[in-house]
Amino acid sequence: MSAIDWYLVLATLLFCIGAFGVLARRNLILIVMSLELMLNAVNIALVAFSNFVPGVAGKGPIFALFVITIAAAEVTIGLAIVIANYRNRRSLQADSFDELKG
Amino acid sequence: MKAIITLIPLLPLFGFVVTLIFGKRLFGKRADVLAVAVVTVAWVLSMYVFYHVFTHREDALQVQLFGWIGSGSLHVTWGYYVDTLTAVMLLVVGTIGMLVHYYSIGYMRGDEGYYRFFAYLNLFMFAMFTLILANNYLLMFLGWEGVGLCSYLLIAFWFRKKSASQAGKKAFLVNRIGDFGFTLAMFLLILSVNTLQFTGVFAQVGSIGNTTLLAICLLLFMGAIGKSAQFPLHVWLPDAMEGPTPVSALIHAATMVNAGVYMVARSYPLFIHSHAAMLVVMSIGAFTAIYAALIALTQNDIKRVIAYSTVSSLGFMFMALGAGAWAAGIFYLLAHGFFKGLLFLASGSVIHAMSGEQDMRLMGGLRKKLPLTFWTMLTGAVAMAGIFPLSGFWAKDEIIGGAFRAGYYWVWVVGIVTAFVTAIYMGRLIFLTFWGENRAAAEVQHHIHESPKVMTVPLVLLAIPAAVLGMIVGLPPDGGWIHRFLEPVFFRVESEPFSWIGSGGLLMLVSLAVVLLGVYAAYVMYIRSRELPAELSKSFPWAYRASFNKFYMDEFYEVSVIRPVIDGANWLWTFFDVKAIDGSVNGLAWLWDRFARLIRPLQTGRVQNYAFAIFSGMFVLVIVLRWIWGS
Repeated sequence: MSAIDWYLVLATLLFCIGAFGVLARRNLILIVMSLELMLNAVNIALVAFSNFVPGVAGKGPIFALFVITIAAAEVTIGLAIVIANYRNRRSLQADSFDELKG
Repeated sequence: MKAIITLIPLLPLFGFVVTLIFGKRLFGKRADVLAVAVVTVAWVLSMYVFYHVFTHREDALQVQLFGWIGSGSLHVTWGYYVDTLTAVMLLVVGTIGMLVHYYSIGYMRGDEGYYRFFAYLNLFMFAMFTLILANNYLLMFLGWEGVGLCSYLLIAFWFRKKSASQAGKKAFLVNRIGDFGFTLAMFLLILSVNTLQFTGVFAQVGSIGNTTLLAICLLLFMGAIGKSAQFPLHVWLPDAMEGPTPVSALIHAATMVNAGVYMVARSYPLFIHSHAAMLVVMSIGAFTAIYAALIALTQNDIKRVIAYSTVSSLGFMFMALGAGAWAAGIFYLLAHGFFKGLLFLASGSVIHAMSGEQDMRLMGGLRKKLPLTFWTMLTGAVAMAGIFPLSGFWAKDEIIGGAFRAGYYWVWVVGIVTAFVTAIYMGRLIFLTFWGENRAAAEVQHHIHESPKVMTVPLVLLAIPAAVLGMIVGLPPDGGWIHRFLEPVFFRVESEPFSWIGSGGLLMLVSLAVVLLGVYAAYVMYIRSRELPAELSKSFPWAYRASFNKFYMDEFYEVSVIRPVIDGANWLWTFFDVKAIDGSVNGLAWLWDRFARLIRPLQTGRVQNYAFAIFSGMFVLVIVLRWIWGS
């Protein structure tokens, strides 16, 4: 196990936890939170690569910063949608929003 | 001169446009003024051109107006070519066209489509003038189609009458078959000599291969068969009698139906190089001549009798062209234009007097009541039958005699028999209409009256040339003025001069005797012993029925062409369209419907299901990529 592997293992674990949360949770707020977890897992991987891989040295944090910025915007919109849905349905259960089906 | 020639077709076109669009508003009940005026002026100009050609017959007038179609190395111009042949046509078309216009003022008075009628007549004059003046095949074809269109419009003029609109369609469709041949001939000309100008084509005849030339001639003749109502495309002409009688006189007797003859005569340099084509022209002409004459024997409708006589006469003209008696053919065309136009106009006068009745069995005894009509119609009939010394006699005799001298004895026999039959049915027509007692209903009898002057004057004006034209232009036979006049067009074949005492006179005597015999036969059958025709038809029922039913040509087409087409169309509609086309479209839709139902449950509407699909897809993708690229 070289040094970078530890970071990648951590990133993978975080990503899987986030993915599990997105797929398995039924509460919209928790889903949004899990999404954040996934994004941050990716951020860790980016920063780690930037530190250990010679060709891309210094470029990772920039991507990470972009991801954080966009994640902030995305959470804002995501929560706004969640609240709008809640107002209509009085519910935060993802399964209750299934009108768009074939 | 250029301006004058250009104006001849242009004036009627102007008349057509103005009369059609503004005629009703501008002139009210006198919608004829402009139409008649332009045609009169066009006639004067035609006569001027005729006179010019008359005095300078050796050089043809050529007018190039503008380049019409240019495609690669092919150039077609809009231009006119006037030689002596054109001049003869100008004489016929201009004169009869004008007289028919005047006649129509009386005949069509009070018709609700009065202005429309004159507009169409003007359009016809434009197209006909274009046809005869054209200096290339394509422009000729434009006029050719134009007259065809007018023929359709005017046959179906009373379009509320089912039979009239049917007859119009029939004429149009049957003519298309011939026109198809004409267009193919033009394509072949473009392929082989790369020009459609008459002068260009005729200068290069030598470079066309024999087979191609034969094909061109036969295809051109196919066009002529359609337009000039020759067997087997003659079926439209008798039905065309549904149109107003002036139309029958102008289009279906004196001018348009001659277009085929004119076109073949115009293509003289092509045809003389193809002996086989000439033989075909002659055979078809000869067959049509006798075939139509036999039908005319038993028809009861006065206009149909004359229509079949026209078909027969046109057959005579083709017979002459095919036998190499070109000038004689054109001579007959000239004479025929006058006496046939006269016969139609006179029959129109009779129909007018009989309150629209056309059945000869219900006429009779009109000699006293319609003296002017009687005398003029008699002149036309005598000319048509070919009795000395009226125009038909000289013209017909030149054709029959020409065939004899050219060695086509069978054609001579056909011609003589046809002349005999013609004399019988012309006699029948005159005797049934004007002799005996009137057989119409009392009310109709009461209304019988001579037609107004505007109708009878054209009759008289046509009767004069019908009577004396032959003596003026056709004497001496085979060397008359018309032959010398047409010499620049048809190279004269030197032959022995006509001998009154020798074979020429003898042939003439024979044909005259036969014709007089025919008239006598008609006299016996329709005046002296009137029960004879009925007895004859009883003794030879098959012959009578064959003739009366026009040798079942219409029925033949019904069975061989129309039925299969309709049945085929029905099959295509009820089976092919409904089952095959609609079926395959509907089947495809059904298939997609089934498929869609199958995969519909995949769209659950739950976001997390989709997310799962995305994740698993991604997972699979990563695995696969890793497997592909290795480690």
